[in-house]
Amino acid sequence: MRQLRRNRAAMLALGVIVLIVTACLLAPFYAHVIAHENPFASNITGTIRLNGKTVNVLQANTQGLGYGVTPIGPTWHFSNYFLGADDQGRDVFARLLYGGRSSLYIGASSAVICVAVAAIAGVAAGYFGGAVDWIVSRIFDIIWAFPVYLLAISLSVILETNGINFLFIHIEQGSLTIPILIIASVFIPYVGRPLRGIVLSLKEREFIQAAIGSGASDFHILRKEILPNVAPTIIVFFPLMVAFNMLTESALSFLGIGVQAPQASWGTIINDGLGLLYTRPLVGIMPGLMIVLTAGALNVLGDGFRDAFDPKAKLRGSI
Amino acid sequence: MLRFILRRFASAVVVLFTISVMVYLIFFATPGVDPAARIAGRSASPAVVEQVRIAFGLNRPLPIRYLLMMDHLFIKRDLTSYVNIGDKVVPQILAAAPVTLSLVLGAVVIWLIVGVLGGLVAAANKGKFIDPLIMFLGIAAVSVPAYWLGEVVNLITQNELHSSVFAWLPAPGWVPLTQSPGEWALHLLFPWLTLAALYAGIYARVLRAELVNALNEDYVRTARAKGLSERRILLRHALRCSLISITSLFGLDVGALVGGAALLTEVVFGLPGVGLLTYNALENLDLPVIMGTVMYGAFFIVLASAVVDVVYALLDPRVRIV
Repeated sequence: MRQLRRNRAAMLALGVIVLIVTACLLAPFYAHVIAHENPFASNITGTIRLNGKTVNVLQANTQGLGYGVTPIGPTWHFSNYFLGADDQGRDVFARLLYGGRSSLYIGASSAVICVAVAAIAGVAAGYFGGAVDWIVSRIFDIIWAFPVYLLAISLSVILETNGINFLFIHIEQGSLTIPILIIASVFIPYVGRPLRGIVLSLKEREFIQAAIGSGASDFHILRKEILPNVAPTIIVFFPLMVAFNMLTESALSFLGIGVQAPQASWGTIINDGLGLLYTRPLVGIMPGLMIVLTAGALNVLGDGFRDAFDPKAKLRGSI
Repeated sequence: MLRFILRRFASAVVVLFTISVMVYLIFFATPGVDPAARIAGRSASPAVVEQVRIAFGLNRPLPIRYLLMMDHLFIKRDLTSYVNIGDKVVPQILAAAPVTLSLVLGAVVIWLIVGVLGGLVAAANKGKFIDPLIMFLGIAAVSVPAYWLGEVVNLITQNELHSSVFAWLPAPGWVPLTQSPGEWALHLLFPWLTLAALYAGIYARVLRAELVNALNEDYVRTARAKGLSERRILLRHALRCSLISITSLFGLDVGALVGGAALLTEVVFGLPGVGLLTYNALENLDLPVIMGTVMYGAFFIVLASAVVDVVYALLDPRVRIV
């Protein structure tokens, strides 16, 4: 812990993460109290007061043939379309905050699910061996061999448009739970496999053999001997998985099969900005910058965790 | 060795079969989803849905349906889209594959050179100013969404600067190599750089970590004791051993990219590869095309991982016993 606190880069990254999370949590406060608007309703005919003048949110084109409209650019007035509007006349800054909520929520909760399931499955496979190990390892193998994006795309295409109706599980289409479950499940082997390997080698060590020899129960050994030894690796994995998952979410959302309207995430806002790239580039640029900043900070923090808790951990560098 | 290769490829076939079953189940046997209605498209009439049901044998038992589908995909190769009626899926994928291959192969060359150089320079200068700088760039590269970077590149090269600094750059698009090699490379230049930037960062990071580990090994101490120069130790001894683990990463990444991970880059730069084909199919929920591209991608990834294991065994004889 002390080593982590002395790592200046990791502490700076932690600060950045806290700042972004706080800002995104304050999204409703910003939208309702400061800007007085609904960032999810289109505002095509709306007007705002700017420097004492009334200005249309969507302005008629003056260049070229004069057809079509261009959304208002950044006003740099914090209370009012700080970063301008998108093509529906919605406040980009407010949507950026709301989108961050979805992105962070999906990234964090899918990482929790992914790491938890992977830890249980990996540890069980490594510790019990035999049939449990065989089944878990084969499931890991299949998911591992499946291209991550293609698996996520296949699942999303089917599930996003129908929701999940399976036995007693009912999840509405468009719910954020669907991308969370999809992203969590495709990354399980990335965490589960290394954990299984660690437990396999732990089992050969003297202190575990001693515990088995002294007649300790499986539950006792798992809780008192194995868990403390795999916990550092789990901690190291967590921030990296949040970053991976956020990037995956943004890619899926960009492709239209992640977060569904009316919800927004940083990925969907980049997609919104695609058509405005040459007129209002900030619509697409800002959410991307937020992703880079957040994922970068999480990666730096993950590196700091690794140096502090588990310097020998071998982590795959990419998705 | 031959036995190892045969066993490895036999297991690849098993994995491919499992994946094809899984893809089939996801698309055609998800509980609560009527596959006929999904294949027929959003606004299909009941008659068309019924036609699809018969064409795909959806009224028959599940294993037969699966076999019929594989027959359409791999043997008859006449799987047809119902969204863009009459479009055959397999020829479309085959026509798009060269674009994806061009994109990936060019990017591979760039990222290997940049990534290996970056890792070497960082490891050689461990603790000095340049090491954290390279690692910072590496982290940035890992954290950037590929499609967003592509958009930024487009914004810089195709907007106002296009009339001055980037006047030599054509509009985004695709020119086949056989038509004009120069135009081909020019059109692909920035897509290559964009795709390579991400992977160069990853490889520099991984290689540096491997080199730093290798430099603490006994054989490096022996080399130092023999009085070899640091440069020779780094290049001839440490790098060689570190490249083995890079090889496995590399094979899997190339497989994944050819198999569809280059999708986002293709979309942003408008390159008509397999990725863009998938993307357009996603927009229309054109299931036969999506299923075709997913199977195609899985094929490359499984092939790549088998090839990687064989190469790995050639490089490192200890693996062969397993």
